[in-house]
Amino acid sequence: MLALVDYDTGNVRNVQKALSFLGIASTLTADPDELLAADGIILPGVGAFQKAMAALADRQLVPVLQQAARSGQPMLGICLGMQLLFDYSDEFGRCPGLGILPGAVVPIPKADDLKVPHMGWDKNVSQRPGKLADIFGGQYTYFVHSFYVQTASRNVVCSCDYGVRIPSVVRQNNVIGMQFHPEKSGKVGLAGLSAFEEVCRNADVARN
Amino acid sequence: MLSKRIIPCLDVDHGRVKKGVHFVSLTDVGDPAEIAAAYEKQGADELVFLDITATVEQRPAIVDTIEQVASQVFMPLTVGGGVHNVADMQRLLHAGADKVALNSAAVRNPELLTQGAEKFGAQCMVAAIDVRYNDKMQVYEVVVDGGRTPTGKDGIAWAREAVERGAGELMVTSMDKDGTKAGFDLKLYQQLTAAVDVPIIASGGCGSTQDMVDLFKQTNVDAGLAASVFHFGELTIPDVKRALQKEGVPVRWS
Repeated sequence: MLALVDYDTGNVRNVQKALSFLGIASTLTADPDELLAADGIILPGVGAFQKAMAALADRQLVPVLQQAARSGQPMLGICLGMQLLFDYSDEFGRCPGLGILPGAVVPIPKADDLKVPHMGWDKNVSQRPGKLADIFGGQYTYFVHSFYVQTASRNVVCSCDYGVRIPSVVRQNNVIGMQFHPEKSGKVGLAGLSAFEEVCRNADVARN
Repeated sequence: MLSKRIIPCLDVDHGRVKKGVHFVSLTDVGDPAEIAAAYEKQGADELVFLDITATVEQRPAIVDTIEQVASQVFMPLTVGGGVHNVADMQRLLHAGADKVALNSAAVRNPELLTQGAEKFGAQCMVAAIDVRYNDKMQVYEVVVDGGRTPTGKDGIAWAREAVERGAGELMVTSMDKDGTKAGFDLKLYQQLTAAVDVPIIASGGCGSTQDMVDLFKQTNVDAGLAASVFHFGELTIPDVKRALQKEGVPVRWS
């Protein structure tokens, strides 16, 4: 069973629809025990960084997610959910994140021919071999965001070029982030969600 | 670099797709979910659903249809028609829409765009703008109620205002070109892209792959929308994308 963090963010139900289409059982919850008992945690997210961190803090979920990641529980952050995994964001002034992954969230620089938000289908370029790079490398996925993550290149699985190099898939051991919306990225996105479920299954075997 | 989006538009009337959609492989040519899945398979980049009766009959929009489509089709969905307030938007987004398009309602009450953007984010808010060239005024005039009511408003100025008020994207239809299959109104989109810096979906007039090529070669719009040419199989999404790719326009293949 996967747990989706329920903290009043927009697109949770679309993630759940994609999981159920794939036959992957999931529950939407803000209960710490349920989250920690799940085979894996998905942190979705749409909207503003500060508001989302405040919503997690309101539900006392910040230490829960940090503990889950430390204990080796698989975790997938999607879009804003990926950005929340990092140290801090500069969206509307500096705001600390979960600090599960090292790095910062900064605005995408505006350029004449590049609109912000970065919205639409963009191509992922593989940066580090592995299952996720096999799925996403060379493939288009659907993005909607105005900020992006800066982190050490060893954490970046795929990126896309949009004036700057935007990490599109990040991973450090059990913790994965997808800047795009896998639940809105067709077959490729669904394959990514399946891959996360596989990570959860394997981790479960290891934890038993 | 972002790929250019090719978007089929489905008119929905009481939960069924109207104008007929004729795909050989479909068992039920009016079922939105089945049609949406067929377009996903073709490689459509996004789908727009317009509840064509909602505005006229004042019915709430097509929540069940969207719920059903969003359970089976995994790409961005935009829904318009009959969106009058934040509660309408919430219902549609909750059902699985990614964006809501406001047309007549936004012209009459521009504050709606701001309210929606504050609650759901500008990326959810699409201003749908229908324009017809007014020779006397020498501007693209905004028309509402499905083209029935001229407003005297300058379309380019309204586009700018809509963005300032919170629209994260514009879907602009040329009523002069709509249904003609004579090509997009390139001048309109050149003016629009110079006026605003949010993504623009061009709509109205697509009759051939060359029309899409001209649209993306001669304007800086982000997406091209068409209805009947796709529904009747006169053009397929792969036809369009192949033609665009040949001309060096970035497109998505899945």
